[in-house]
Amino acid sequence: MFLSDLEKNKVARISNILDGEFSINAKLREVGFAEGDEVEIIAYGPVAKTPICVRLNRTMIALRPNEAKYIEVEL
Amino acid sequence: MSLKAALIGAPNCGKSTLFNGLTGGKAKTANYAGVTVEAKKGHFTTPKGQEIELYDLPGIYGLTARSSDEKVAINMLEGQMKGVDKPDLVLVVIDAANLRTHLHSALQLRELGIPMMLILNMIDLAERDGIEIDTTILEKELRIPVVTSRATRQGGRENFLNRLDSLIDDGIENAKIAPEHHNLSELQKSARSLAARAIVKEALINKTTRIIDSVALHPIFGPIMLAVVLFLMFQAVFSWATFPVDFLDGAVSSLADFVRAKVGHTIWGELLADGIIAGVGSVIVFLPLIVILFAFILVLEASGYMTRAAFLMDEIMLRAGLNGRAFIPLLSSFACAVPGIMSTRVIEHERDRITTILIAPLMTCSARLPVYTLIIAAFIPNVKVFGFVGLQGLVMFGLYLAGVISAFVVAFILKKTVTQGAPQAFILELPTYKLPNWRDFYVGIIGAATSFLRRAGTVILQVSVILWILAKFPLSATSLRESYAGKIGAFLEPALKPIGFNIEIAIALIPGMAAREVAVGALGTIYSVQGGESNTQGLAHILQNAWSLPTALAFLAWYVFAPQCFATLATIRRETNSAKWAIFAFLYLLGIAYIAAGLTYHISRLIIGN
Repeated sequence: MFLSDLEKNKVARISNILDGEFSINAKLREVGFAEGDEVEIIAYGPVAKTPICVRLNRTMIALRPNEAKYIEVEL
Repeated sequence: MSLKAALIGAPNCGKSTLFNGLTGGKAKTANYAGVTVEAKKGHFTTPKGQEIELYDLPGIYGLTARSSDEKVAINMLEGQMKGVDKPDLVLVVIDAANLRTHLHSALQLRELGIPMMLILNMIDLAERDGIEIDTTILEKELRIPVVTSRATRQGGRENFLNRLDSLIDDGIENAKIAPEHHNLSELQKSARSLAARAIVKEALINKTTRIIDSVALHPIFGPIMLAVVLFLMFQAVFSWATFPVDFLDGAVSSLADFVRAKVGHTIWGELLADGIIAGVGSVIVFLPLIVILFAFILVLEASGYMTRAAFLMDEIMLRAGLNGRAFIPLLSSFACAVPGIMSTRVIEHERDRITTILIAPLMTCSARLPVYTLIIAAFIPNVKVFGFVGLQGLVMFGLYLAGVISAFVVAFILKKTVTQGAPQAFILELPTYKLPNWRDFYVGIIGAATSFLRRAGTVILQVSVILWILAKFPLSATSLRESYAGKIGAFLEPALKPIGFNIEIAIALIPGMAAREVAVGALGTIYSVQGGESNTQGLAHILQNAWSLPTALAFLAWYVFAPQCFATLATIRRETNSAKWAIFAFLYLLGIAYIAAGLTYHISRLIIGN
């Protein structure tokens, strides 16, 4: 499953980061997403549940479901 | 010989606080031919007397440049910037609390082959959260000096300064690592394994941050909190400033009276009292407003709340064709559009960036406050509605709101026409909440106040003198209309009459094109020459008699939109690298201003019936 499909407050681990347009893979990796890292959705934006606020290890990162769908996670 | 060092790190790693701490806040914005660089440059001396030239580069996560801001930092590090040498030493700053997530950037930067030192910043805050880091493991594996630094107080930097000295004694070249190249995922893998060994103890995210965010990021309470924060900010600007503004106002008019009494009613006395003191003074009295507004913006930025606001606003901004990241430049534009436009460099997509730049002047900047305050004080009764909200404050809020709403409408239209393009990524780190650092705060406030006063002392001073001369001469003139200024105003009058503007406004708008608040000084001078009064309190009274309410309202509507700021237009030109966008911004804003003022004038005349 993908980070965009993860339920709120469920802790998961990143298993893979996919390639996509606009070098999305490098963008996600540089901001800190990596295989094996712990992620958890902790909040949704007020309109249409976007963007999502993700806890990545001890760091909080906001991104849109559109970007989160490039991150594969395992429960 | 002075050594050139660059501070490099992710946004929010506390780099600028470190920079201000080391250099004492005395920084110069470095500019180089061809590129606009937001690299701050300062100096400090190590305990052993080595002179260091320190650069604070824009925040970067890695070496893949995306926004124009990041390109500046990376080009400098790679030695690709014209006229700028590679730094002798790179000081990589990582927030100690986020070591696991950010350590790979140090490994990536090591590949540049520049001597390097790693600073684990804000270690006191990380320790408070229950984190323990073994720096010896990092030092051994990275083969570079690793030091810790505190967010608060000086004490935490001694360690860094001493290590810097011994690094220089040992020969800085020894801190250079032969470049090896790995791809990003390999780098991350080794960084994660190193972090796992170096982090002795890790804890949950800072408790205060979690508690605040349970409200601040809540789908219902979050937006309410944001609205309350913004509303309080504007009410505070208006009410807190009343006392100091009135005080300055009194001082300015006493000074003018004093000058009149001492120098007498000679031409020089009049120039000094009516031209210079009335003109410059009527602008200087608004300094407290500007300081309070900048204080709010600085605190919102430094505390970490600004990124939460960007998170809450992203979807709404996206629907208007913008990016959530645009919220920060737009909110800064409430202080001044110039830094606001410059901070759009964090927006990576060029078309999104241009859209944001074009609407930034619609955010009500602090230079409009003198104008709004004057007109509101003169024409809006000081009564309370619903028992506690001041009507004057409410009108002010309405003017701000008018700017914001029109910005969204304009952005929407621009995205459908001249700046089309696919929506871009939104990835934004939300930092732990922090109390603002007093020195950063002080540096920011002093900077804002100085540039405001510098303008008052230069542009506004010159304009006041020139205008006084134009309004006073030829001496044979018996009314303003017969003076040189009146002749210029009469030339513009036919164009401005349909929107309710009189000849005095027409005259004030000419110098007012340079900067918005100049118009207040200009009105002060014009009416002083006519009537002999000097302060804005007096000016407000004069305006009550000289202007009809529809004219005053039309003037306010004009000011919501009018592109009366050379600095903004010059910044647009520089930041978009084309005169085309600056001219476009000027024309579209002027068009809206004219239409809005005209509609306001005629509609309010219909309602009031005069």
